[in-house]
Amino acid sequence: MASVTLTRVLKRFDRTPVVHGIDLDIGDGEFVVLVGPSGCGKSTTLRMIAGLEDLTDGEIRIGDRIVNRLEPKDRNIAMVFQNYAIYPHMTVHKNIAFGLRMAKLPKAEEDRRVREAASVLGLTDLLERRPSQLSGGQRQRVAIGRAMVRNPAVFLFDEPLSNLDAQLRAQMRLEIKKLHQGLATTVIYVTHDQVEAMTLADRIVVMKDGKIEQIGTPTEVYRRPATMFVARFIGSPSMNMIAGKTTGNGVELDGLGRVDVSTSSGAGRPVFLGVRPDDLRVADGDSGALSLEARINVIEPLGPDALVYAESGGRELVAKADGRATLHRGETVKLVASADALHVFDAGTEARLP
Amino acid sequence: MTLGFDPRRDPRKIVIWTLVALGGVVMVMPFAFMLSTSLKSREELYDLRLFPLAPTLENYVYLFRESRFVRWFLNSFAIASISTVSVLFFDSLAGYVLCKYRFKGRQVVFIAILSTLMIPTEMLVIPWYVMSKNLGWLNTYWGIMFPGMITGFGVFLMKQFFETVPDALIDAARIDGLSEFRIFWEVALPLVTPALSALAIFTFLGSWTAFLWPLIVTNSASNYTVPVGLASFSGEFTTEWNMIMTGAAVATIPTLLVFILLQKYIIRGVILSGVKG
Repeated sequence: MASVTLTRVLKRFDRTPVVHGIDLDIGDGEFVVLVGPSGCGKSTTLRMIAGLEDLTDGEIRIGDRIVNRLEPKDRNIAMVFQNYAIYPHMTVHKNIAFGLRMAKLPKAEEDRRVREAASVLGLTDLLERRPSQLSGGQRQRVAIGRAMVRNPAVFLFDEPLSNLDAQLRAQMRLEIKKLHQGLATTVIYVTHDQVEAMTLADRIVVMKDGKIEQIGTPTEVYRRPATMFVARFIGSPSMNMIAGKTTGNGVELDGLGRVDVSTSSGAGRPVFLGVRPDDLRVADGDSGALSLEARINVIEPLGPDALVYAESGGRELVAKADGRATLHRGETVKLVASADALHVFDAGTEARLP
Repeated sequence: MTLGFDPRRDPRKIVIWTLVALGGVVMVMPFAFMLSTSLKSREELYDLRLFPLAPTLENYVYLFRESRFVRWFLNSFAIASISTVSVLFFDSLAGYVLCKYRFKGRQVVFIAILSTLMIPTEMLVIPWYVMSKNLGWLNTYWGIMFPGMITGFGVFLMKQFFETVPDALIDAARIDGLSEFRIFWEVALPLVTPALSALAIFTFLGSWTAFLWPLIVTNSASNYTVPVGLASFSGEFTTEWNMIMTGAAVATIPTLLVFILLQKYIIRGVILSGVKG
């Protein structure tokens, strides 16, 4: 087990910078998820930690060693890839044992570790099969098994569930979480799926264009997004954003009236008011800090509740309603949100105004 | 014989089958004449009937007892085998590097290798000859083999095929602790065996039938390859057609064996490389 520290890590491909000197401290045994849209530099960052890409500048430490110049095999890491990357011409047993064989482990110890990993992952009956005879989920288990037997200090996962169908993904997500709880190894996990990030992470690192937008626990990132990008990226459906200007003690929304919300900012600054669909409720009577009249365009029933796409002052907002409420298309309803559910962002810097 | 279809329902197929059958006959005729001539005596030689009146094996007896054919056959076999092994190793190594490593000038190197495909052998034999002469390689096995030890075509074929090996497998092997050469040898190479077998077939057959360069670089009968040896039956004033045909018939056996045993790889190889063999 080990901590991982990135100091001003910079990566350029040719002349194009893809990771802009990021700093990141990952504690021993922590499960950290790097999340962001494609091209944000998250996979490159992971590959630099693995030693599969060189750093252009900066420093990476695993434990108390600087690993910049170490080969991947000497970094005491193991990696699980998106498309499994298990050797098609070897049996499951050979695949899992391959790294150990390279490390010249005694045969008995190699066999013991392979069987142990196989039993944890439910692969015992499949050890003599070849990858082509396995399902996607089984293949990913083999890949995880290959990583496990190395007893690494750090597990690296590069979008390991992207190739699986939705049901299997949910199941494997749970298994990875259990695995982490059992092994208590440091995990760095890359995904573009914010649900995976929320459910798995001790801390989430949201990245965009090679920079870190925010580091925080899932709750922090969800409840107090540091930037507009984070606000929109985390949470589904995306956060509603309404343009406006600050007044002394609130925000004047374009065409939708005034809202009382603390911005700790002078008057007249262009801002966006953000409110999550989960926090914007279709109300009957009671009102909150934000209260808007809106006409329903589309209703998507989800069971326990329903998503309501409604138009207010020329812009479409997404809100939630009780699943049992009887709503109709074209109906005008009141959408309300409480003061603590409102987020204000500077329109220029896109940063949160506290 | 079943045709596999009902001609009454699809008359177009009759036309197609007839054309294909005619094509087949045209292709087989020289082969049939070669066999037929090899079984004819000297007297019957210029009688063009397909079935000899008095078939004889005397040509074969002469070929193996009196001529140096066995030596030529062994020469050809050794040269074709060594060339094939060399091509498989070096072409796949070069193809792998060009495919999986990013380095300055990679594209230039690849284009330079590809451009060698556009230069015909006829243009190269003189520089090869001068080079062989200066290096003392004339009339040696090495002299016969060296131009074919690495081929641009093979590098191209292998590079294209290595594209199908996922980069993640190579990364996984790096993390597993393999050296770069062992990644190539133990992970990448086993995944491109169809391309390797296609390349092996092309190279072996190409070397087996090569004529111009071996003719130029050798000057003693003990170093001849089969095609050069057979050509030596054709003198200034007479041509021993019966001997040429007999030798050709024997020389065809390895080719036939390769085709019969490996035909599915040949077809796959042609599809892979988009060229004729």
